[in-house]
Amino acid sequence: MDKKNSIIGSHQTKEIAEKTAFILFTLCGFFAVLAVLSITLYMILSGTPALLKVGITEILFGTVWKPAANPASYGILYVILTSIIGTFFAVLIGVPIGVLTAVFLAETAPKKLAAIVKPAVELLAGIPSVIYGLLGLLILNPLMYKLEQFIFKDSQTHQFTGGANLISAVFVLAIMILPTVINISESAIRAVPAQLKSSSLALGASHIQTIFKVILPAAKSGIIAAIVLGVGRAIGEAMAISLVSGSAVNLPLPFNSVRFLTTAIVSEMGYAADTHREVLFTIGLVLFVFILVINLVLTKILKGGKQDGEN
Amino acid sequence: MKRKMKQILGMMLLGVFAATMVTGCGTSTGENSDTKTEQKTKTTDNNVTGDTGNLNGTITMIGSTSMEKFANALGEAFMEKNPGVTVSPEFVGSSAGIEALVGGTADIGNASRNLEDSEKEAGAVENIVAIDGIAIVTDEDNKVKDLKKDDLTKIYSGEITNWKELGGDDTPIVVVGREAGSGTRGAFEEILGIEDKCKYANELDSTGAVMAKVAATKGAIGYVSLDVLDDTVNALTLEGVEPTAENIKSGDYFLSRPFVMATKGEISEQNDLVKALFDYLKSEEGKQLVESVGLITVD
Repeated sequence: MDKKNSIIGSHQTKEIAEKTAFILFTLCGFFAVLAVLSITLYMILSGTPALLKVGITEILFGTVWKPAANPASYGILYVILTSIIGTFFAVLIGVPIGVLTAVFLAETAPKKLAAIVKPAVELLAGIPSVIYGLLGLLILNPLMYKLEQFIFKDSQTHQFTGGANLISAVFVLAIMILPTVINISESAIRAVPAQLKSSSLALGASHIQTIFKVILPAAKSGIIAAIVLGVGRAIGEAMAISLVSGSAVNLPLPFNSVRFLTTAIVSEMGYAADTHREVLFTIGLVLFVFILVINLVLTKILKGGKQDGEN
Repeated sequence: MKRKMKQILGMMLLGVFAATMVTGCGTSTGENSDTKTEQKTKTTDNNVTGDTGNLNGTITMIGSTSMEKFANALGEAFMEKNPGVTVSPEFVGSSAGIEALVGGTADIGNASRNLEDSEKEAGAVENIVAIDGIAIVTDEDNKVKDLKKDDLTKIYSGEITNWKELGGDDTPIVVVGREAGSGTRGAFEEILGIEDKCKYANELDSTGAVMAKVAATKGAIGYVSLDVLDDTVNALTLEGVEPTAENIKSGDYFLSRPFVMATKGEISEQNDLVKALFDYLKSEEGKQLVESVGLITVD
């Protein structure tokens, strides 16, 4: 071996290697910060002109979205509400299932069964979102349409959507956040120190009592991280729900065709021009602010200031 | 062995994950390059002359927003053939385009409708370069095979909501359309005179999505450009006329509109650049271009 190039060669070369590595790590660390900062700056710069031009209240609290009409109307209140309600229900369905699956995998599953469930969950994470959308379009929508026809049989006012509605979107979102919630919750549960579990069992608590009273509380911060990421994924998803939600701007009622913040951008960016395009950037800004706020608030509130058992 | 299998499975999953990441990145860079090309076209607008090729100069096209896709494709193709020429299309609407032509600020006025008599009197000559045709599609089981213009208008404005009102089954009508800003939607609403009055149950962002939705949904109705029709859906006859290129050229099928590139005076009176552009449109290559953006050629 060439003595010059080996780091055991001399003190000097060793120091250079150390320093280079240190600088490299720092640079990589700042790369992410740089990306976040530049995205934030870009979103603010491109999102605010329309806010000023059209009027903040008109965009945020207007209910009529007719960007191509004359005069145009850019109200996105229904779109914002749809994103909030859709995400809320998706999380309401997805998180309990996800966390309990994680408990199953980490605690109660027989090894052989876990060996089937675990890869299935991992595979679920790898499926591209457009596939979820296609399945929703071809399977969920026809089912919803049957239900819709049954429920609104005698309704004169209901506009039939062919099953493309809020419920379909919520179901697809709930399934899509499952792998995130499961994987992160599971590692949180596995990271709970073994002595906690054995102490609880030794004190006479049953396995189920131990899970709910000891293990889950101890894994709380990890599970919260899982929920936050799940919310992020649900609110940020566009491809899948653009296929199943119908994409017409309506009040988010279960059987209405609805448009989310993400799909509002995706579906009209192609041909939008001038103010219309700028408003789409504003929608992007709204979405961005939403995700920031959700991340900060959820982490703060749910953690309750505690910083234990970091994962 | 088992461990190795696990490793392999892990690698595969990682691969799938990486693939999704890459596709994710792919779309975003696609968008970036879009804006980049936009900027590029803008900068080239300023450089009026180049030395390569026999033709030099600028062609100004002003007019219809619906013709944006066509005009841009034409401009790009023509500039590639004649590097010395700059085609600068602007999209402000048909009427404003003809006005600019008559007023002398544009070489060509684009209009996605026939010219008015007043416009012709002012000196604009109607050169129809392509025809835009729209087909109305329903799901295969639908018994309604023909629609009157009036019925179609009522379906899309929400006055007729069930197929039984039109002699079909007792099935609700699922109104499928395109997103705001789409050229097909613009043309459809403009021809029927129901701009921004449509009550859509589904606003999809591509022709393919409309086809898929209509094919899969009982009672659905949608509109698509003619060139994508296939066996998965019914293409309706309108006022008894089938949506074919021949019927559109003859003017019998009402859901169509001409794309006019108007000139001030006959083409033969124009400068060499404009003549060359029209010659290019008449060539085989030009016809292919017209078809490539989903339009029907005229002959």
